[in-house]
Amino acid sequence: MGTLLSVENLVVNYGAVEALKGISLEMQEGDIVAVLGANGAGKTTLLKAISRLVHIRSGTIKLRGEDLSKFPAHQLASIGVAHVPEGRKVFATLTVEENLNLGTWGVRNQINAQEIQKTKEWIFRLFPVLRERRRQLAGTLSGGEQQMLAIGRGLISKPKILLLDEPSLGLAPILVQEIFRVIRQIHDEEGVSILLVEQNARKALGVARYGYILETGKIAIHGPAAQLKEDERVKAAYLGGTRVQPAK
Amino acid sequence: MRIFLEQFLNGLTIGSFYALVALGYSMVYGVMKLINFAHGDLFALGSYLGYTVLVIGAGWITQVLGVWGGVAVALTAAMLGIGIAGLVVERIAYRPVYKAGRLPLVVSALGMSIFISNGIMAIWGPRFQAYPPDAIPSAILSFGDIKITVIKLVTLIVSLGLMALIYWMVEKTLFGAAVRATALDRDTATLMGIDFRKIILFVFFVGPALGAMAGVFAGLNYGRIIFNLGWTYGLKAFTATILGGIGNIPGAMIGGLLLGVMESLFEGFVSGAWKSVFVFLVLIAILIVRPTGLIGEKVAEKV
Ligand SMILES: Nc1ncnc2c1ncn2[C@@H]1O[C@H](COP(=O)(O)OP(=O)(O)OP(=O)(O)O)[C@@H](O)[C@H]1O
Ligand SMILES: [Mg+2]
Repeated sequence: MGTLLSVENLVVNYGAVEALKGISLEMQEGDIVAVLGANGAGKTTLLKAISRLVHIRSGTIKLRGEDLSKFPAHQLASIGVAHVPEGRKVFATLTVEENLNLGTWGVRNQINAQEIQKTKEWIFRLFPVLRERRRQLAGTLSGGEQQMLAIGRGLISKPKILLLDEPSLGLAPILVQEIFRVIRQIHDEEGVSILLVEQNARKALGVARYGYILETGKIAIHGPAAQLKEDERVKAAYLGGTRVQPAK
Repeated sequence: MRIFLEQFLNGLTIGSFYALVALGYSMVYGVMKLINFAHGDLFALGSYLGYTVLVIGAGWITQVLGVWGGVAVALTAAMLGIGIAGLVVERIAYRPVYKAGRLPLVVSALGMSIFISNGIMAIWGPRFQAYPPDAIPSAILSFGDIKITVIKLVTLIVSLGLMALIYWMVEKTLFGAAVRATALDRDTATLMGIDFRKIILFVFFVGPALGAMAGVFAGLNYGRIIFNLGWTYGLKAFTATILGGIGNIPGAMIGGLLLGVMESLFEGFVSGAWKSVFVFLVLIAILIVRPTGLIGEKVAEKV
């Protein structure tokens, strides 16, 4: 399997604040890679940099060897990057179905209607509630349902890579369970490659094969998930009974 | 009853002008969160453009294509011309100051408005200009004792038809969903692969083009136009936009038609001199009861 995504020496700043201080990571085709870290570590910034929603100061991001800097942000969807943003960001006054359909916008000239319909059926099998509610406004869904919609909207374009930003944020434990079950399922059924940003380290390391731990804009530790779960520093800071924040 | 029906039809006609202009305010506001103060003046410019086409063309366009052909040419030219003018306004008045924040945008918009209305005055003069009478279709239909000019009927049919088309496009197609998504959340729309610059061009072309259509129809129905037409119509149309709920398409249409009909009925049955006062009182009353307008945001965004 080849390299799907490679990030090298990525630096991003917001004015005077340096959010990413030169980070590098790599991801194989068909992989699930977790990026963990406390609030403000720079996880969201990393995903936004890949999607070019934030300006990159220096460093490179390559997808299958192709430098992403030559594409404007709105073209990334068409070359196979799907980003499920933090806080779901469903379009509240659009229907569930319109939200899903917009997920195909970037690839609408590449994929025919039949294929999209097939993928949609698959998404409805993953999240039956979306089928029931497809005529409803997305803003009327519960938080968990909105997360399912956001994931479905990302999957419908059949992306090469799915960027998931804290899919379990603010959800009840049973829904967290459900979301992680689906993450594993979409990986197993369709081989979707997933870059998963999470604060729930235990769950994330449960599904991922490899993990990176971000601390204030730098990669502090990385390694195979199985190994990270046993790492003393990771255990102390991220896998404690309650979520412990590392001291600044 | 006759007065009621006639005033109702008059109200629908002027209401369709308000609605067409209101659509432009609403579309631009929805996507840009910007009140395009120059929009009323683009409407007026459209009216003048149609006037000039008819004056120049009265001799030959009307002769070759007939009176209705002339009207069609004037409408098309004004819509295309003002659509392009809308793009130019976006390019020179707004794009350079998008990043500067709200206040510079408002100042720039007001400046553009003054520039256009003064430009009209400089080119066509400060006095009323009459649409050439022989370029205006003059047929009248009567139903019993109710009389209606054919041009009014055509105005209504074309305006309502175009509104229906815009409604369908924005509310029922994937492209329309992309426009609404961009209005809600530009970053997430970008993640979907939507190029918001194209959406901006769309609203800045279509909005003013609709306004130009209203402008030409206003000239054809009322016969004369003046350089500050954009101010009076602009204000009423803006009122209609707020009445319906700014940023949403059906709201602009309903707000415009409702405003026109109320104004016209008040004029017919109570007082013509006080009709504007009445209209603004209604607006204030509605805003007290429903601050988001008649068709405000349908749901609050959940976090
Ligand atoms: N738009 C912005 N302007 C200024 N600073 C920002 C902006 N967005 C993020 N930051 C700062 O950049 C740093 C990294 O933020 P980021 O959102 O990437 O963290 P995160 O790891 O995703 O945190 P969380 O777990 O809370 O989502 C933080 O210090 C944050 O305050
Ligand atoms: Mg974050």
